[in-house]
Amino acid sequence: MSADGRIFVKGNEAVSMGAIDAGLKGYFGYPITPQNEIPEYMSLHLPKAGGAFVQAESEMAAINMVLGAAATGARAMTSSSSPGVSLMQESFSYMATSETPCVVVNMMRGGPGLGDINTSQGDYYQATRGGGHGDYRTPVLAPSTCQEAYDLTREAFDIAFRFRTPVMILGDAILGQMKEPITRGVPRPADPAESADWGLSGAKGREQRIFRSLFLAEGVLTAVNQRLRAKFEAMASLARCETFMTEDAELVVVSFGSIARIVKSSIRKLRARGLKVGLLRPITLFPFPAEAVAAVARQGKRLLTIEHNMGQMVDDVRLAVCGIADSAFHGTLSGTIPTPDEYEAAIEAALTGGSK
Amino acid sequence: MYADVIIAGFGGQGVVLAGTLLAYAAMEHGLNVTFMPVYGPEMRGGTANCTVVLSDEEIGSPIIRRPQNVVALNRPSLEKFQLQLADGGTVVVNSSLADPALADSARIKVVGVPCNDIAEKVGNARMVNMVAMGAFVKATGALPLERLKQALSHVVPAHYGHLIPKNAEALQAGYDAA
Repeated sequence: MSADGRIFVKGNEAVSMGAIDAGLKGYFGYPITPQNEIPEYMSLHLPKAGGAFVQAESEMAAINMVLGAAATGARAMTSSSSPGVSLMQESFSYMATSETPCVVVNMMRGGPGLGDINTSQGDYYQATRGGGHGDYRTPVLAPSTCQEAYDLTREAFDIAFRFRTPVMILGDAILGQMKEPITRGVPRPADPAESADWGLSGAKGREQRIFRSLFLAEGVLTAVNQRLRAKFEAMASLARCETFMTEDAELVVVSFGSIARIVKSSIRKLRARGLKVGLLRPITLFPFPAEAVAAVARQGKRLLTIEHNMGQMVDDVRLAVCGIADSAFHGTLSGTIPTPDEYEAAIEAALTGGSK
Repeated sequence: MYADVIIAGFGGQGVVLAGTLLAYAAMEHGLNVTFMPVYGPEMRGGTANCTVVLSDEEIGSPIIRRPQNVVALNRPSLEKFQLQLADGGTVVVNSSLADPALADSARIKVVGVPCNDIAEKVGNARMVNMVAMGAFVKATGALPLERLKQALSHVVPAHYGHLIPKNAEALQAGYDAA
């Protein structure tokens, strides 16, 4: 620890510390690069903090263990990387339907398929559209620094229990593997009251509670979906973003996660050359901060979306500004490591009208 | 204040420990810092590198395409990364394994230090990385040498704790040689 109380940790470790400090009781996971420091950290530190660490036999086993633990009202989580998260999707759908709170971390790697073990943002669609089958959404938080990885993971548990929903932390290999100083907060145990009226705590002396996602009786599923829809709409209050040098900007880049900080370096270089560019970084991907993006467009600023994929979040940007403006797009393909130079050129081209 | 460096060498030469030491020392110095390893399937004998960025302002990219500084612990690293080095940048070359004449001294500042030979003289051939980092802070002024020495106890694994004084000696010897 440094004199000012900072500790020097990987993003994966920051996520783990955030979860433990939020009162995590159960971690269930299966190894995959580039997030293995999470189970490694959990295996050592979670038992000391009074929780249980289980290395499951597969991703599917892990996520269903999360479902079981979470149904008892305990704070539970899993973590994986892209191909492993795909394997978990069926249970995300079940948990969203049965209103089971949990936190899932996806440290994205290159895809599609097994891809590579390097960084990517290829899972934006999967994360923000629910991922599994059926008509549901889950909150998605996208940290950009190790400090934010810690802070947002802590907060993710509060959101999960407030809305009784799975919440995803969407990071990538850069965030997971990078080390930065962070300030760790004071651990706080979960409030038992947060699950008192629904947790499966033993039915002796009270009415039976059932977690289900199958509703065959006439009209029941519609009622469930009405309740879920109201909840998804209420999640809109979570929308959040960071803006950087947007006030006088002629062009605003929309970018999230690790890529946004690479973009930030590019913007600083362009600003040093007198070019008026800024950044809007969605911190919540669902709900998408559409109002903030639209406000930028209404001021007449042009938009460029930069992602480490072929163009996914750009759909949400274009929906946010539909009828007001459009967004140009620059994408780095999985398999290529993005650099500030690449984005500097892309932003300059968009500013001078050379981009598609 | 802003400085960045790519530290590169064979797997096993202690590239990751060297970068971690620099980054930890920077944190102790009150700076913001990022440390980014290349974490592929490298092993002893393969290539390894890491990137460290130090700044008194918020740090954007932890990935650097055109670094200000390079520490090259072997010849393949010198050949690869000197091409990326920014004009006027500094390369610290381990001259025990790579001829500093291979570096483009018309474009970049070249600091040759026989890290293996110095490490052996200090008494432990494996402290090549420490010699190189001592030379790096001398050549660039990125951090005071004392900060690196103080950080040793935080980044050297506990079971190697008895080697900390030797590591500090190796840092000093590299500093003196640059």
